[in-house]
Amino acid sequence: MNDLVFTVLRLGFLILLWLLVLSIVGALRRDLAIGRKARTGTPTAREIRKNPELTPQPEAPAKQQASTLVILEGPLAGLEHQLTASPILLGRAQEATIVLEDDYASGRHARLFPQGTRWFIEDLGSTNGTFLGENQLTRAQPVELGQKIRIGKTVMELRV
Amino acid sequence: MSELETSPVSRRNMELLLLLLALIVSMGAYYLVGVNSDQGLNQDFITQGLFLAGLSLVFHVVLRIWAKYADPVILPVAVALNGIGLAMIHRIDLAKISSDSNQAGRQILWTGVAMVIAMVTLWAIRDHRILRRFTYIALAASVVLLLLPLIPGFGVILNGARIWVRIGNSLSFQPGELAKITLAIFFAGYLSANRELILLAGKKIGPLQLPRARDLGPMIVAWLVSIGVLVVQRDLGSSILFFGLFMVMIYVATARVSWIVIGMSMLVAGGVFAYLTMSHVTRRIDGWINAFDPEIYNAIGGSRQIVEGLFGLANGGLVGTGLGNGSPYMVPLANSDMIVASLGEELGLIGLTAIVLLFLILISRGMRAALGSRDSFGKLLAAGFSFTIGLQCFVVIGGVTRLIPLTGLTTPFMAAGGSSLLSNWIIVALLLLISHNSRRPMTAGVSATAEVATKAPDHSRGLLSARKESQR
Repeated sequence: MNDLVFTVLRLGFLILLWLLVLSIVGALRRDLAIGRKARTGTPTAREIRKNPELTPQPEAPAKQQASTLVILEGPLAGLEHQLTASPILLGRAQEATIVLEDDYASGRHARLFPQGTRWFIEDLGSTNGTFLGENQLTRAQPVELGQKIRIGKTVMELRV
Repeated sequence: MSELETSPVSRRNMELLLLLLALIVSMGAYYLVGVNSDQGLNQDFITQGLFLAGLSLVFHVVLRIWAKYADPVILPVAVALNGIGLAMIHRIDLAKISSDSNQAGRQILWTGVAMVIAMVTLWAIRDHRILRRFTYIALAASVVLLLLPLIPGFGVILNGARIWVRIGNSLSFQPGELAKITLAIFFAGYLSANRELILLAGKKIGPLQLPRARDLGPMIVAWLVSIGVLVVQRDLGSSILFFGLFMVMIYVATARVSWIVIGMSMLVAGGVFAYLTMSHVTRRIDGWINAFDPEIYNAIGGSRQIVEGLFGLANGGLVGTGLGNGSPYMVPLANSDMIVASLGEELGLIGLTAIVLLFLILISRGMRAALGSRDSFGKLLAAGFSFTIGLQCFVVIGGVTRLIPLTGLTTPFMAAGGSSLLSNWIIVALLLLISHNSRRPMTAGVSATAEVATKAPDHSRGLLSARKESQR
């Protein structure tokens, strides 16, 4: 091989090296393009077929709004409280919205409050805790219709 | 931070494309070395090239299976750097200046081992947050790894530094390379758990907020052990690397400029102290400032290496002499510590710039993974790892080009040496995992507000043991 071929190969390799660098930078362009180029929104059918986890979550059926709080067990069993848009304080204290006559409830035991279309329950640092179903609350949690809330010996649920 | 909600795309096809290009570059480099040497192409070209290509493609498939959303750029860049390094080592082998002229064969074997271990890491860990559980085990492992070369009969002294251990007769290993991974895991785990304490508690002196000593205790211990051992082992490069890692991770965790101020003053104090008291440091700095002094040039351990490297770079000029046409083998350790000078001579400024850019891309992708990571442990770990690669490049390239004193650190992925290759491939695997976890779509079903009720930790606090409020 003559010198010309060597020179061509030598420079060709440098061009190849830079081609690699530039195509990598080109591949990263998407990362820099904010707005116009970046793909947003719903994935296409082809993307879903390739990546099953992208399947859009089926829309939850329209929730029925809870309108009453019914006490099922405990000293106040049978009481029904109409829910409005305002939060409800549960406890033995006199300022509570529903004054629980339950020896195992704290003064300000728990708070039931609406957010969006759902009601959430939050424990207010009670001594014996608030239970949603089987689980003790550690933070505010949404309450589904028919889910049992237990405070002391009082059990209640949300109904339509 | 405003985050753009994009529908996640796996981008593995892009990776395959770039990977093929990277392989073409590596094979091209190998081919040029063969063409330009007298022997022409031999069997090695085919077998070693196919070996590298096969391994990279297997790695790509592994990513498709276990880390689908990983960054598409990291693997091609690592393969390209590794391939170019291999070609260069092969080229130095062909010059036959040392008795050991199968370094490229050994290097490709190590590449295979390193890539397989990286794949196993990917498969075994899956989620980088698991590593957080091993925070203190990582600290213990770092200490053990750093102390290994000091065990008599086990550690060996090579080139003035006691950082190698010898297993069997031929296999030598540098455990300090792995220690940088375990130390990064420890720093990330410790800092992500104690970030608030370090930030908030403590005295304020002027503009500097000093953390309490006990919050920093384990950090200081880790730092002292790594620096102390390395001063004893006389390895300047690694101690700079560990100190830098320590500083950067604590700065990333706290965003306090005071750490940079403290760190820099400690660095200056340590540097002056080392210069005045340790002969090998004195020699390095003399060889840096007065490199062209004939007395220092001819001294044993003087500046001959660095000056020969500079001559090589000058010989290469803008476009280089072409792979296989220069004389990079004139420089001592041309295939490990000085591989940057060898590449600069044969690829020229244009080629070396491309290589530096490849490193820059790799580091920036690591930082991008850190930015995108959803947990602070992942953020710290990715930032720490990419910084290690960056600092290594800076120390090596800066040393070779006489910007800073030359210290013995390895050029990531390129320099001959199995332990460095192994640890860098593990780092790549972890960066890929972190970027996969940060780009992966959130598992659907659990929205931000609906948190899953956790079982109460203490079941005895049921009704039976409930205290009567009214009787209190």
